[in-house]
Amino acid sequence: MKQLITFIQKEFHHILRDTRSMLVLIGLPIVQLLLFGFAITTEVRNANIAILDNSKDEVTQSIITKIESSQYFDIDQTITSNDQIEKAFKSGKIKLAIVFQQNFQNELSHSNKAQLQIIADATDPNQATTLTNYLSSIVKDYQNELNQQNKLPYNINTEMRMLYNPQLKGAYTSVPGVMGMILLLISAMMTSIAIVREKELGTMEILLVSPMKPWLVVISKVIPYFIISLINVATILILSVFVLGLPIEGSLLLLIGSTIVYIFCALSLGILISTITETQQAAMLISLLGLMLPVVMLSGYAFPIANMPAILQILSNLVPAKWYIIIVKNIMIKGIGIEQIWKELLILLTMTGTFLLISIKRFKIRL
Amino acid sequence: MTSEKEIVIKTEKLTKKFGDFIAANEITFEVFKGEIFGFLGANGAGKTTAMKMLIGISKPSSGKATIAGFDVYKETEKIKKSIGYMSQKFSLYEDLTINENIQLFGGIYGLSDDEIEKRRSELLNKLNLQNEADKLVGSLPLGWKQKLAFSIAIFHTPKIVFLDEPTGGVDPITRRQFWDMIYEASHNGITVFVTTHYMDEAEYCDRVSIMVDGVIKALDSPAGLKKQFNAHSMDEVFIMLARGAKRGE
Repeated sequence: MKQLITFIQKEFHHILRDTRSMLVLIGLPIVQLLLFGFAITTEVRNANIAILDNSKDEVTQSIITKIESSQYFDIDQTITSNDQIEKAFKSGKIKLAIVFQQNFQNELSHSNKAQLQIIADATDPNQATTLTNYLSSIVKDYQNELNQQNKLPYNINTEMRMLYNPQLKGAYTSVPGVMGMILLLISAMMTSIAIVREKELGTMEILLVSPMKPWLVVISKVIPYFIISLINVATILILSVFVLGLPIEGSLLLLIGSTIVYIFCALSLGILISTITETQQAAMLISLLGLMLPVVMLSGYAFPIANMPAILQILSNLVPAKWYIIIVKNIMIKGIGIEQIWKELLILLTMTGTFLLISIKRFKIRL
Repeated sequence: MTSEKEIVIKTEKLTKKFGDFIAANEITFEVFKGEIFGFLGANGAGKTTAMKMLIGISKPSSGKATIAGFDVYKETEKIKKSIGYMSQKFSLYEDLTINENIQLFGGIYGLSDDEIEKRRSELLNKLNLQNEADKLVGSLPLGWKQKLAFSIAIFHTPKIVFLDEPTGGVDPITRRQFWDMIYEASHNGITVFVTTHYMDEAEYCDRVSIMVDGVIKALDSPAGLKKQFNAHSMDEVFIMLARGAKRGE
């Protein structure tokens, strides 16, 4: 026991003395979370638009007010003729233009139909789609209000409802994603580097010759990174709730429990990497290419898995982060309990066991 | 050698094969308590392989060996407690201070805090490092690091200390000082098993063995070897034997 404690102390000395790594370990999660939560987001806010109102009646006015009052659009200019539209786009100041037909209100109340044209700058197609979606939902919203008031016999109701994330907040996907990524990065990469460093420096040999048991060496390497990971989970969750305004709908205990399972999985992956590499660079490269890339590409965090080719969909099942992200989303955002996520937890535990088994096998072969 | 001397290392036809390659071939020798035993050989002769079997981190393919009376197959844990080891790679933690390194290795070998404290001050006094005790090991000159590494390798007073090319890359004066420490350890009853490339160091040993192509070709005191091969220095003896080597690097 005393051996273990002195050894863990030593590991903390290594980590605390290396200020650069320390900054990465504690600072990276915060930076990542805030970047993905705020800056890098598919949400578009305060897009400048132009409005050509050929009708100038009550209805068009209230639609315009509705658009203006949303946080997504700023009315940059009100134009008076069709040929000004292109000029406005070319000036680059606006992303979207709205054209109301003549006699908008009249048409609407008499024939129950009115034309509204949305013209978007599709040089950035994603943004254009997002903006037109926002706009049409605002208009539909208005339409619904109108229908309710007037009790019109028919209803052009193409309702769009965003379940769980009604405002389509980017943070809802980025927080679970960042957690999956950061924990893997710190637990797997840093542990594997820390173990391989001893091999590279020759101190591992000294330790193997000493009465210190090899598994004790590995455990004392792992414990500090486990603690740091827990600190990171705490900062990420605190930031998500208080800064990004994310809810934790489900049980906090369950969330932390599943996170610990995931950390164990990542740590065992780190141990596995350390048994197959000899240099710190190799360990880092394998962690980055072999872990980070799949996490970003195949975990469903950046790109939806359902849209991938079949082979990638199958491969994505091997990425632990995929399961963890599903768990976090379910607990945090949907508030689901253990009865819905035990399968994912079981998969993570099985992966952990497999990684550890292979590591032990490889460790024995080496000696 | 007289028979009343206590034998601390004994090997009998100790062999290590990697597939078809025989790295160490039926090595048989004995080392006595308090002796400085030089283990010589060109690169690739099988020195390191043989040493790894003796310190219990490599399992022999066949043959027998006992270290400090313990069997290399079954009692590696006991062997590990009775030996010290210093590798050719400098083997202390550079980002820990001298004190922290001492604390760590003392703890690993299960010494009590009082014992560590007592030996620590003795060690620092001997090496004249009292003022550097809280400095990072990485900031020390190489010669000091090596002396410190040796002192820490024998910190838990092992029966045998294994030194794998301990003096690589240091100047002759530091090497001489290093050997003074080896003599002192040997005087205190610690058996020293040392591999080296420097033939002048071979002259300092009580007995040396010379390994060529996995086989021990000669084993005697330096004086005895010189007489046997009719040579003036260990250098000549070594060249004569190593010339017959078929294995390169």
